[in-house]
Amino acid sequence: MLAEYTGAVVILAVALVLASALLGIHLLVGPRRSFAEKDEPFECGERPIVSPHQRFSVKFYIVAMLFILFDVEAVFMYPWGALFTELGWFGFVEMLTFVAVLAGGLAYVWMKGALEW
Amino acid sequence: MSAPAVFFYLFGAAAVVSALAMVLNVRNTVAAAMSLVVTMISLAVVYVTLEAHLVAALQILVYAGAIVVVFLFVVMLLNLRRDTFAPSRQLLTKGAGVVLALGVAGAFLQLVPQALPTVQEIPPDFGSYAAVGRTLYRDFVLPFEVTSFLLLAAIVGAVVLAKRRLD
Repeated sequence: MLAEYTGAVVILAVALVLASALLGIHLLVGPRRSFAEKDEPFECGERPIVSPHQRFSVKFYIVAMLFILFDVEAVFMYPWGALFTELGWFGFVEMLTFVAVLAGGLAYVWMKGALEW
Repeated sequence: MSAPAVFFYLFGAAAVVSALAMVLNVRNTVAAAMSLVVTMISLAVVYVTLEAHLVAALQILVYAGAIVVVFLFVVMLLNLRRDTFAPSRQLLTKGAGVVLALGVAGAFLQLVPQALPTVQEIPPDFGSYAAVGRTLYRDFVLPFEVTSFLLLAAIVGAVVLAKRRLD
């Protein structure tokens, strides 16, 4: 079973070599000249007026939290989908109940207007 | 040493190192969160070597993906400045952390030798999505359905917490 992960190991190795080569070549070959303008934050050639460290709207928090919760809901569907024929109608009704409860949650979120920006 | 054992120790060490890098990085919270991604992915590899395939996939899907995204959002929302994390302000948290870590380590040292089971032959499909699915959807139907209410409570909680500010 572990032999199936050979592809993942190859990708990992390629990514490691590529990333370290790009950074390494840059360190070896690239000139390093530092001056004041270079250390300034770049903003499309404009002089930055305000600090980029600003508070973000709480809407981002709602989007992130709802994403994580419905992501967890989706997680339960992966093994269920793989066993769909084996579980039969019992599994179908079981998942329908599960989704129905969370659909109530979705309806609540929608009614509250939390999905609107 | 077999190949899975090599990967187990290699990525186990990577998980410990990146976890330390996360905890010890007091200057840059975003970089600390990125170290957490490395920890999560190393743990996923450790799970693979332990033949827990579904858990490994979920580790990357949920933890390295969703949870770290939420961490980054929290970093942005709180907008902590450098002096909030200044070493002088960390005495209490660091002290509490050391006490807690020692307590957990002590409990581990006491409990783990007793709890270690004798090595048993694991079934060939152990940890696969099919084996986990059969257990979850056949033997643990009620806990599975109750999970939906747990998620529902979390959804409502998230909206109630944030909507007060929105309206």
